[in-house]
Amino acid sequence: MKDHVLVSIRLLVVFTLLLGIAYPAGVWAVGRVAFPAAASGSFVSRDGKVVGSALIGQGAASPGLFRTRPSAAGGGYDATASGGSNLGPTSKALADRVVAEAAKARTENPGATAPVPADAVTASGSGLDPHVSPGFALWQVPRVAKESGLPAADLEAMVSRRTERRFLGLFGEPRINVLLLNLDVLARRGASRPPSP
Amino acid sequence: MTALAFLKIAVFFLLVLAVTKPLGLYMRRVFSGEKTFLDPVLGPLERLVYRLGGVDAKKEQDWKAYAASLIVFSVLGVLGVYAVERLQALLPLNPDRLPAVPPALAWNTAISFVTNTNWQAYVGEATMSHLTQMAALALHNFLSAATGIAIAVAVIRGISRAESKTLGNFWVDLTRSTLWVLLPLSLVAAIVLLSQGVVQSFSASAMITTLDGATQTIPLGPVASQEAIKMLGTNGGGFFNANSAHPYENPTPATNLLEMLLIFAIPAGLTYTLGSMTGKLRHGWAVFGAMSLLFLAGAGVTAWAETRGNPIHHAAGVDAAAGNMEGKEVRFGPGDTALFATVTTAASCGAVNGMHDSFTPLGGLVPLVNIQLGEVIFGGVGAGLYGVFVFVVLSVFIAGLMVGRTPEYLGKKIEGAEVKLAMLSVLVLTFCILVGTAAAVTTKDGLSSLANAGPHGLSEALYAFTSAAGNNGSAFAGLNANTNFYNVLLGLSMFFGRFLMIVPILGMAGSLAAKKRQAESAGTFPVDGPLFTLLLSGVILVVGALTFFPVLSLGPVVEHLLMAAGRAF
Repeated sequence: MKDHVLVSIRLLVVFTLLLGIAYPAGVWAVGRVAFPAAASGSFVSRDGKVVGSALIGQGAASPGLFRTRPSAAGGGYDATASGGSNLGPTSKALADRVVAEAAKARTENPGATAPVPADAVTASGSGLDPHVSPGFALWQVPRVAKESGLPAADLEAMVSRRTERRFLGLFGEPRINVLLLNLDVLARRGASRPPSP
Repeated sequence: MTALAFLKIAVFFLLVLAVTKPLGLYMRRVFSGEKTFLDPVLGPLERLVYRLGGVDAKKEQDWKAYAASLIVFSVLGVLGVYAVERLQALLPLNPDRLPAVPPALAWNTAISFVTNTNWQAYVGEATMSHLTQMAALALHNFLSAATGIAIAVAVIRGISRAESKTLGNFWVDLTRSTLWVLLPLSLVAAIVLLSQGVVQSFSASAMITTLDGATQTIPLGPVASQEAIKMLGTNGGGFFNANSAHPYENPTPATNLLEMLLIFAIPAGLTYTLGSMTGKLRHGWAVFGAMSLLFLAGAGVTAWAETRGNPIHHAAGVDAAAGNMEGKEVRFGPGDTALFATVTTAASCGAVNGMHDSFTPLGGLVPLVNIQLGEVIFGGVGAGLYGVFVFVVLSVFIAGLMVGRTPEYLGKKIEGAEVKLAMLSVLVLTFCILVGTAAAVTTKDGLSSLANAGPHGLSEALYAFTSAAGNNGSAFAGLNANTNFYNVLLGLSMFFGRFLMIVPILGMAGSLAAKKRQAESAGTFPVDGPLFTLLLSGVILVVGALTFFPVLSLGPVVEHLLMAAGRAF
């Protein structure tokens, strides 16, 4: 028994150094050299200031911009408390939220005609979903056009340019990164209007 | 949408099939001490590990010594993780200055990671320092997986050896699984993950101002290194609370596909190792076939249920075509999320890329059943193979009863002792799940943690004990598991579910190794071919159904009928 204990302790120390320290440090070094932007968080800047991570969704309520999905992470898009609502399929609370979000989405987007997109009324698993479906993005175009003063056709073109396809044509779903799309919108608004003093 | 989801399942399955033989063959070489292309690098490292560890690599162990080494190593591992969690505030690499983990939670988490469960009653990004994540949790992602592979290899040796007292050396099997299998594959996978946006950083959280002018705090950490072994070792413990739904853990459909493949790679490969090391390749494929049948059936049901969506929400004017999107990421959608859920519960991984609690009732039923069948549908690394070994023994026994002969398995007589030990390991799982769930739904402490009312509440408690006893680690995560009641009971379930399985199984392996090999005769029940595949899948299903059908019908089945009728709670 003494033998089992001694070998266990010695091996735990050896493996802690190899697997717990050297291995993550090695991966970190590869990241620094080969993929510095991706490995450090995929942050995006606007006018030299970091405005978010391309991978981490953020609440978007400003007029003239595209909205993200409802979020159950903390008070909404709280990256220190990632997670979903965990409400079940027969949850009254969930059904009520879906009805409320659908009503809100319809009021906000009076120009939209199609049924309310599913991702507009549901919270993601992470609460930090950076994407919306093409359906939800296009659904918002009439509102964004009206609020931003940009032509709807231009916005539709931006949405289509930002649409990411399925991997190998099969895996995943088509999607639009809302932060990147909103940055496109802001850039266009900046170009078409003189900057405010 | 449903047809596309079926196509995803088919293509994924073909990819698993493609890695089974090469990886299985490689593992045979590793565990038979044959040459591999990594020997020039790893050979010296291996000898260094033995020298520092004081391991006599030439000495073989009988099953009792093998089990004793394993249990002592695991118990000391639990103590080590507990110590790091409790002391993290005083240790380096804690840039966000997180305090010590509270005792009950630290105990639960230590058992959880050492038993390969990775049940998480905490929010990773707000609880664990970088050092705790890498040197305690990710460390045991390697070691618990290597332990599982070691047991599987010992079982294979028990089958393939005759009149032998020993099963190999635990320290050697542990070291070789780690160095030759887990570490190189994790390294490659981690680099691919990095390229896609999985972070690997030792910095404190980033504070940014969003386009709306709000402040967002974004935790970072050494995620890529942990993510790779978390999937490959079928551990499943997320760096972040949202696990593989979190974009920093699983940013693209490509990483999602890679992560699913990593989960199944070693368990599938080990079926080939079984065939190769016992000299019965067709037996290995017959086992693979039974696993495949059950996997494809489960994946099909989940994909159908999730792409079909929730009629209660459709009645509110929501587009039905997108399926059930609550708790799911847009980049994965219902198809890839359903497939991931089936894979992660068929194997004892437990990582999630969407919230199982918000699945439709039938979509959530399949993950539950997958775990309750004993996680033998490919199963955990090593754990799947030694788990299915129990069912192989039962199948051979039942076939023997039907034809009235002493059952034999690859030339070894299966006798009373083996069958009793096999049933013991089945009953341990059943006992922990059903008694634990009963305790949860009849006590105030148990009920007060439920997040959902109606039959879904029962499913939440059932899922928790199923996941813990099965060493899966996924959850119907609405359940508030960070209470003393759940931390203690689930901790015990994880411990029993792991070690009360392992000991009887090693005992069976030891008993088989000692037996004489019988010559095959015309009366021997063949353990290869489609007949055996069907018998094996039938036995797995019948044992699971007899045990869990009553509780499943009160939970997900009733809920499905109520959802169709538009009832909410």
